Amino acid sequence: MTKEELLNSVNQKLTEHFHGSLEHSEMLYDFPVFTINKEKIHEVLSFLKNDSDLNFHFLTDLCGFQTEDEKHLGVIYHLHNLPKNLRIRVKTFFPMTHPEIPTATNIWKAANWMERETYDFYGVKFKGHPNLKRILNVDEMDIYPLRKEYPLEDQTRDDKSDKMFGR
Amino acid sequence: MAKKQNKNITAEEVVAETTAPKTKKKEKLVTPAFDPENMVEEKEFSTLNLGPTHPATHGIFQNVLQMDGEIIHDAVSTIGYIHRAFEKLAERRPFYQITTITDRLNYCSSPINNFGWHMTVEKLIKAEMPKRAEYMRVIIMELSRIADHLICNSVIGVDTGAMTGFLYIFQWREKIYDIFESICGARLTTNIGRIGGFDKDFSPRTWELIRNFIKEYPKGLKEFANLLERNKIFMDRTVNCGPISAELALEYSFTGPNLRAAGVDYDVRVMNPYSSYQDFDFIVPIGTAGDTYDRFMVRQEEMWQSLRIIEQALKNMPDGPTHANIPSFYLPPKEEVYNNMEALIYHFKIVMGESEVPKGEVYHCVEGGNGELGFYLVSDGGRTPYRLHFRRPCFIYYQAYPEMIKGRMLSDAIITMSSMNVIAGELDA
Repeated sequence: MTKEELLNSVNQKLTEHFHGSLEHSEMLYDFPVFTINKEKIHEVLSFLKNDSDLNFHFLTDLCGFQTEDEKHLGVIYHLHNLPKNLRIRVKTFFPMTHPEIPTATNIWKAANWMERETYDFYGVKFKGHPNLKRILNVDEMDIYPLRKEYPLEDQTRDDKSDKMFGR
Repeated sequence: MAKKQNKNITAEEVVAETTAPKTKKKEKLVTPAFDPENMVEEKEFSTLNLGPTHPATHGIFQNVLQMDGEIIHDAVSTIGYIHRAFEKLAERRPFYQITTITDRLNYCSSPINNFGWHMTVEKLIKAEMPKRAEYMRVIIMELSRIADHLICNSVIGVDTGAMTGFLYIFQWREKIYDIFESICGARLTTNIGRIGGFDKDFSPRTWELIRNFIKEYPKGLKEFANLLERNKIFMDRTVNCGPISAELALEYSFTGPNLRAAGVDYDVRVMNPYSSYQDFDFIVPIGTAGDTYDRFMVRQEEMWQSLRIIEQALKNMPDGPTHANIPSFYLPPKEEVYNNMEALIYHFKIVMGESEVPKGEVYHCVEGGNGELGFYLVSDGGRTPYRLHFRRPCFIYYQAYPEMIKGRMLSDAIITMSSMNVIAGELDA
């Protein structure tokens, strides 16, 4: 099955089963990418996993994302069908004011830490996650460091005094 | 002293006080009769803090274990002790500077990470790689896979009490690092190659080192295999220790030797060939039980297969350039920079990180030392990545560790961890 055929067949299945939840689908380099409405993301993911034809049973990766307008957060899933060696990317976006999304831990056990990492860095709250705590950063941290509103210190800034500590 | 003097206690009084019967009668202890029929089982758990810095865990891992005697009843892993914010750092660095970050992921096989990152960027800019550069990469990647597996397998030996293999095999790792050193000047955090290929062809000395290595190494590996592979003590210790079923391993997104030991033949080199791996003939070894012994044996066999790949690469090494023709990413030779305006401009732009990168998002994965190492790169056309996510195999499969050690002995937990090849640098990013 070529990538284009995969894109079309998944596209067809998703539009068939989830009317209007598939917001966008495209081919980015060698990956078919599907953007799903966040209301239906859990159903779509479990459909992709359990459908005998598609059988995307392997969660390769799960990570957070922030859109360029800094108003939306996203979660990006990379799914893999090992027997047929097919890969797709599923995206979902939601406003930063209400970053809530159902958890995928009841679909894949591997999602547990990856969701904790996403929560840690982007503040995405996964509803139903068994243990949604920070994982890599300290528990006392009160920001979500990978959001664009927290830039790394700019080396060219001149508002810091070098008198005491030097650079 | 002062009180005693005031009271004027005589010796007789002291004796009388101590010998006089106490007014409070000591209650007699009533022990219930031992009744095996109606025994109420009361278990008392103790808590054991394994780590964060423990000599047997080879890295900074903390596991709080709830112990029932010597059996682990429950476990909670804490990670993040050496978190260095790689993903955030990467958002401020030009593409070529991120290679140094990838060194520090799985530092036992950094060239694989370096090349993985280079290939991700090459995919983004759609660079056509010459065959020779790809074959050279394959040689380096397989050498670092051998180094990675060597460390893991010899450390399993150390944790089971067999120091000999570890000491003998480390000279071969040193020889691999000598090869890296002759190519790029560094041994551990290599920063080898660059986007678009290699800075130069391997020197005759490097070729000689590689040839010598593949000629002599089988002897060393055979020696190591003789020490452990069919060793009764080692087998008793590792067979059926920390097993994981294929279903559970897939559920936990295991990759690499750990997944193959459970019996799933998923290898990125075969499934999604990169860097001309489709040209090579090699076997993907798989285990059956997914226990420590199978993981050990899969790694042993993979080392032999890596040797085969290197041999084939040496034999069929094509001629040609060692880098792709991408002048806006690949640094021009120095004499051209001094004598040629165009080359000077490219040089300046590359060093200042001002190369024009197309917009787009790519996912590229390579078979790292311990699993599928993926790079999810989103570029908005700027000088740095907009978003870079590392799919770190350790981070994903280490979460199965508590489940794998529950109901097992503490000493099994130690060798289960060392056989999983969890590298703290990669785990904590």
